[in-house]
Amino acid sequence: MALHDLERPYDPTSAEGRVARHWFERIPTAYWIVVFLLITMPVYASNFVLFQIFGWSFILGMIATSLMFLAGYGGMVSLAQMTFAGVAGYSVAIFGESAITTISQGWPFYVAVPLALIVTVLFATGIGWLAVRTEGIYTIMITLAIAAAFFYFTRQNYDIFNGFQGFNSVLPPPLFGVDWREAIPFYYLTLFFAAATYFAVLYLSRAPFGLALQGVRDNPRRMAALGFNVTGHRVAAYAFSAIPAGLGGILLTWQTSQISPGTISLQPVIDILVIAVVGGLSHPIGPFIGAFLYVVLKTFAVDVLIAVGLGGERFQLLIGLGFLIVVYVSSDGLIGIWRKIRESRNRDPFRTREGE
Amino acid sequence: MRRFAQTHPFWSAIIVLAVLVLIYLIFAVWPKWLVELIGRKKIFLNALFNGITLGGLYFLVASGFTLIFGLMRNVNLAHGSLYLLGGYIGFFVADYTGMWLLAFPVAFLLVAIIGILMQIFVFRLMEGQDLRQTLVTIGLSIVLADLMLWGFGGDFYNISPPQWLSGPLETGLVTSERVRRSGEVVTSYLKYPMVRIVIFGASVAIGIGIWLLLNKTRIGMLIRAGVDDRDMLSATGAPVQWVFLGVFAFGAGLAGMAGVVGGTFQSVAPGEDIRFLLASLVVVIVGGMGSIPGAALGALLIGLAEQFGSVYFPTYAVVLTFLIMVLVLAFRPQGLLGRA
Repeated sequence: MALHDLERPYDPTSAEGRVARHWFERIPTAYWIVVFLLITMPVYASNFVLFQIFGWSFILGMIATSLMFLAGYGGMVSLAQMTFAGVAGYSVAIFGESAITTISQGWPFYVAVPLALIVTVLFATGIGWLAVRTEGIYTIMITLAIAAAFFYFTRQNYDIFNGFQGFNSVLPPPLFGVDWREAIPFYYLTLFFAAATYFAVLYLSRAPFGLALQGVRDNPRRMAALGFNVTGHRVAAYAFSAIPAGLGGILLTWQTSQISPGTISLQPVIDILVIAVVGGLSHPIGPFIGAFLYVVLKTFAVDVLIAVGLGGERFQLLIGLGFLIVVYVSSDGLIGIWRKIRESRNRDPFRTREGE
Repeated sequence: MRRFAQTHPFWSAIIVLAVLVLIYLIFAVWPKWLVELIGRKKIFLNALFNGITLGGLYFLVASGFTLIFGLMRNVNLAHGSLYLLGGYIGFFVADYTGMWLLAFPVAFLLVAIIGILMQIFVFRLMEGQDLRQTLVTIGLSIVLADLMLWGFGGDFYNISPPQWLSGPLETGLVTSERVRRSGEVVTSYLKYPMVRIVIFGASVAIGIGIWLLLNKTRIGMLIRAGVDDRDMLSATGAPVQWVFLGVFAFGAGLAGMAGVVGGTFQSVAPGEDIRFLLASLVVVIVGGMGSIPGAALGALLIGLAEQFGSVYFPTYAVVLTFLIMVLVLAFRPQGLLGRA
């Protein structure tokens, strides 16, 4: 999907140099095909595929995109993205309705959902403020420790987070008389937010903020010398990344209709990293590809493993090995592999060996 | 130490005061109001000793981690898996041969060999790509965890210490004095498991050994030079790759040995790898990355926080350790003994 325009850096002068075409004529054909396929998906896919595979991929893709945004444009690999999602999911359960009526406030969704997002953004800003005091690999260690702390905290706290049990029967609101947990409405709901995330991140990467963030990633001292507030940009990136992660968390809570410490334990935290890295960290399409692969693997690997003669529980081994191979082969996940293939195909065979 | 006292008179006073209070709490017979305030002395002393010995175990795991990190800038997130592997190896060696002491060198050697393989086949190929190395170690830890689950199952293994180490040790510390009706005073003393004390002594010895190795030998000089400036060291013609290999093997071996200790203290089971990885992360962040004394201080703090937390505020015990980490990060991001 539109991967061939990845290599072309954004050049604001190019549009003026040529005869201006209408904006939608400039959208590559691949986009049209993908959009058409995604919109008409309910016609040829079963409810299970729509709800479980596509719905789940979009949600995981959104959370992984928030990591891709931080890591790809900000150079900060944060393992706290699933935690942000968990904060949003828990907030919706606490402010909105759930089966745990002693804790849930039961406020209407138009209060609970925005409030949950605000809480998540504030939380992410605080975590970001802590995490940006360190750099590079240190960030991974600290965010991993934070994610673990939040997981243990939710598991042990019964007053707010209802401990080990968590919250169940957290349902999406019946807006416009539609049950949003039905397969087709849920598919379109997640598709809408996934597309919004994708385009928002793409837009932001070319907006002044995104460009400054990439500058901060490449050379923080120089950006500081140019008068940019390096810490401010990094913390703001964390705050922004909390929005797709939070939305993903809310949708995930609605999809499974529950949230518990298991949702945000270290396994899913690492899984989000695996998804984003396998997909690729240089373009927001990567996390969605990674998420789709992960979900397909997770859903069907059991059958394949049993067919091969191994136990179905060897799924983690498969994921781990796949992750290892992708990281080993390419420094930028599947996007990187794709680019390598394209480059080697486009290379002029007569010009490759210039020295001879 | 004198310089520290001169530059930070306020903090030195607080530290001296804390040490005096601690000495009082350990040796005095507690008056009634104190018992009513924070519970019986026996509980306090047990938490204190457990915390210190747990700190010893954390130090063993974290010292390898911090050594590898300090020299190679390489966050080995598979360190917890090496620990767990060492625990399993130790269990089977101790079980087959019946020799508990033999478990330590065998676990050290085998895990060190795995560390060497990792260094040759993974880290040397990706030198300078910090992020990619870290990602590979995450992948490795997922694979290793699943392989171990496959091979050893989900059972708990307990490495039992030999006869001469089992049983309690009379420490001679008074826990309480009761006056019987007949008028005689009954003094009870604290008993503490022998094996924990021995293991703690061993980890202190290992810590001192590492310190001596780093500060008094030629190899230690090479390692310290590498920590300060890796490129400069290799430019002077030192065999940097061999130093890396040795440090990685040693750090991994320490993790493996710590696994045997952990299996004797507690148990070997799936999930322990992540627990100890996190513990060493927090220890190293608190103490300062790449610093052995920092790892010792961090391990002691975290071990104590965990034990006192689980005795006095059971609900938030885990959070307490992370709170320490957050406070350290907020006020001293390079860690307590780390260099800025």
